[in-house]
Amino acid sequence: MSADAREGRPALRHRLAERGVDRTTMLVLPGVAFLLVLFCYPFVYGLQLSFQPAEGGGPFANYRTFFEDPYLRETIWLTLRLAVPAALINCLAAVPVAFRTRGVFRGRRLVMTLLVMPITLGTVLTAQGLLGYLGANGWFNKILTGIGIIDQPLGLVHNYWGVLASLVISGFPFSYLLTLSYLTGIDPSLERAAATLGASRRQRFRHVLLPLLAPGLAITFCLSFVLAFAVFPSAQLVGDPRGSTHVISIEAYEAAFQQFDYPMGSAIAMIMAAVMLVVVALVLTWRSLLYRGATGGKG
Amino acid sequence: MTHFGSLRMEKVSRSFGRFRALRELDLEIEGGEFIALLGPSGCGKSTALNCLAGLLPLTGGAITVDGERIDNVPPERRGFGMVFQNYALFPHLSVHDNVAFGLKMARVPKAERNLRVAQALALVHLAEHARKRPGQLSGGQQQRVAIARAVVLEPRLVLMDEPLSNLDAALRLEMRTEIRRLHQRLGLTTVYVTHDQEEALSLADRLVVLRDGTTQQIGTPEEVYGSPANRYVAGFMGYRNMLDVTVTTGAGAGGDGGRTRVDLADGRLAGTRRDGAPDAGDAVAAVRPEDLDVAAAAGAADSGTDGLDFAVPATVEVVEYHGRELAVQGRLSDGQRVHFRTRTRLAPDDAVELTAPPERVLVFPREEAGAPDPPPRRPAAGETPDPKASEAVAP
Repeated sequence: MSADAREGRPALRHRLAERGVDRTTMLVLPGVAFLLVLFCYPFVYGLQLSFQPAEGGGPFANYRTFFEDPYLRETIWLTLRLAVPAALINCLAAVPVAFRTRGVFRGRRLVMTLLVMPITLGTVLTAQGLLGYLGANGWFNKILTGIGIIDQPLGLVHNYWGVLASLVISGFPFSYLLTLSYLTGIDPSLERAAATLGASRRQRFRHVLLPLLAPGLAITFCLSFVLAFAVFPSAQLVGDPRGSTHVISIEAYEAAFQQFDYPMGSAIAMIMAAVMLVVVALVLTWRSLLYRGATGGKG
Repeated sequence: MTHFGSLRMEKVSRSFGRFRALRELDLEIEGGEFIALLGPSGCGKSTALNCLAGLLPLTGGAITVDGERIDNVPPERRGFGMVFQNYALFPHLSVHDNVAFGLKMARVPKAERNLRVAQALALVHLAEHARKRPGQLSGGQQQRVAIARAVVLEPRLVLMDEPLSNLDAALRLEMRTEIRRLHQRLGLTTVYVTHDQEEALSLADRLVVLRDGTTQQIGTPEEVYGSPANRYVAGFMGYRNMLDVTVTTGAGAGGDGGRTRVDLADGRLAGTRRDGAPDAGDAVAAVRPEDLDVAAAAGAADSGTDGLDFAVPATVEVVEYHGRELAVQGRLSDGQRVHFRTRTRLAPDDAVELTAPPERVLVFPREEAGAPDPPPRRPAAGETPDPKASEAVAP
């Protein structure tokens, strides 16, 4: 660089700066490397693998097999049936809880710690807890039968409901933290201004907070959905992996690691990614119709 | 226009834990009045405003409108408009929808709503910006939207929380005139919070001076500016020299408002006693720079202090040229600084004799119970417009 400068050419740093590249921009390089190695390469590799079916039949044979077999095709629906409600429940439950905990109050830390705790549990521990608590011989059913509310234990695990419960338990802290940060980003004087303009509590929520929160909720939903869509361990442990919770990731796992048909596994993984992208794209399209500017008082 | 007869705040108090932000504020506001709550930050003026708006519950006292208690009524049912310091415009709504918000909440029919919004926007000269988002407007325009949003409901009381503090100096003057014009045109009862004494003096019919949550003085701008109730108000309302003096002749002078003689290290002044100034002993004399006259300039020093009955000798230290007059910083013989204004040409190290009309020399007790002094500051140029200074300094 100094040599260039001596010859009268501007230093490399200055030439880059002219194009809006400075040393801070270089900080993205490790991230880009990470992305290339851990996302782009496996993705491209998987994509090309999926077009090389193990048993021949043209590049789209794996995809044709998947969509022609109702048992395989069904997995998309079974997964969506779990992931969409789980993401919705997480988002909708996060709003009132974030509302109650956004201010400063005594014990806020304790409450927040308790709310975020499930993150630290991990799916397996959660599954074990669910089996012990909600199972046929768990406390929950024992108490209900003991009081005489029900005669037969409720089937709450090893089916759809067990997986949904597990997804809500592990997904809620993420949605809650995200929603809370969006909510605290809204200038509190907006609500007070709405109050002095005659808006009741409900009207303030409906006309001021909700429109400002909605774009954030859309992002929260997307992340929550993507997490839930990849459900695997809980579908095995507290679900019914041969039946109602035969989710798409189980099918991909079985294809790749039980039948050792990597190309088929890759094809299923690609289908999974495509379904997620479609849902996320739908939500983000809806979001683009909303106001997304500053949520502070001064624009 | 909906008016109330009067709004009474009786012993209104608000504490945050142990901290008493507002202590027993008593104030009666007549319909149509423009009241300014004035004081430095932390004096409780915003607390008082939020209590009025219903955004903060009281911890003591009562607020009544025409005899009806309102301090337990939630903000949305008080019918008071409020203008916030940061404007608090709804960023997702257009200017039109921001102004229409309150009318919509009140379920005003659409045709009437649009008419009233249009009128309110015309009033603040923003008709052509109705479709824009607040983020596309300048600070002054945003503030005008906030004002239009508050007045479109024709509230019985408008509360303004330092509405001009986020604007630059030129815009602030312009908006000040605008607010005064709106008040004169609409006759809206207004409570205006500010830390800027010039703003308060120029806008308000009556001022409430607050400090540390306690009321210092309530009065018209003339009263507060000319006859401050205590030493604190004297120091806060425009610059005053605070001279340490000794009261010598209190005899026969009586109580508040009586004439007295105060001695300095050299020389003496005739003054007016205020706020329980002592009959004898240590006191403080508050004199505005423009109320000090130069009686004898350099050369007359030979005659000494004895030549004048009531005069104080001073030595000129710094002279600033301010166009029509000179702003001078001098030093008394005991080392106290004194600021004064004069049209006499002076130079550093000149000896002068200063006099002042007795009614403009306000004598306060030296010690104030547990109260810190207001931060010392120099008089700003043109801070106290002087009607006498109408000609330029003679060359």
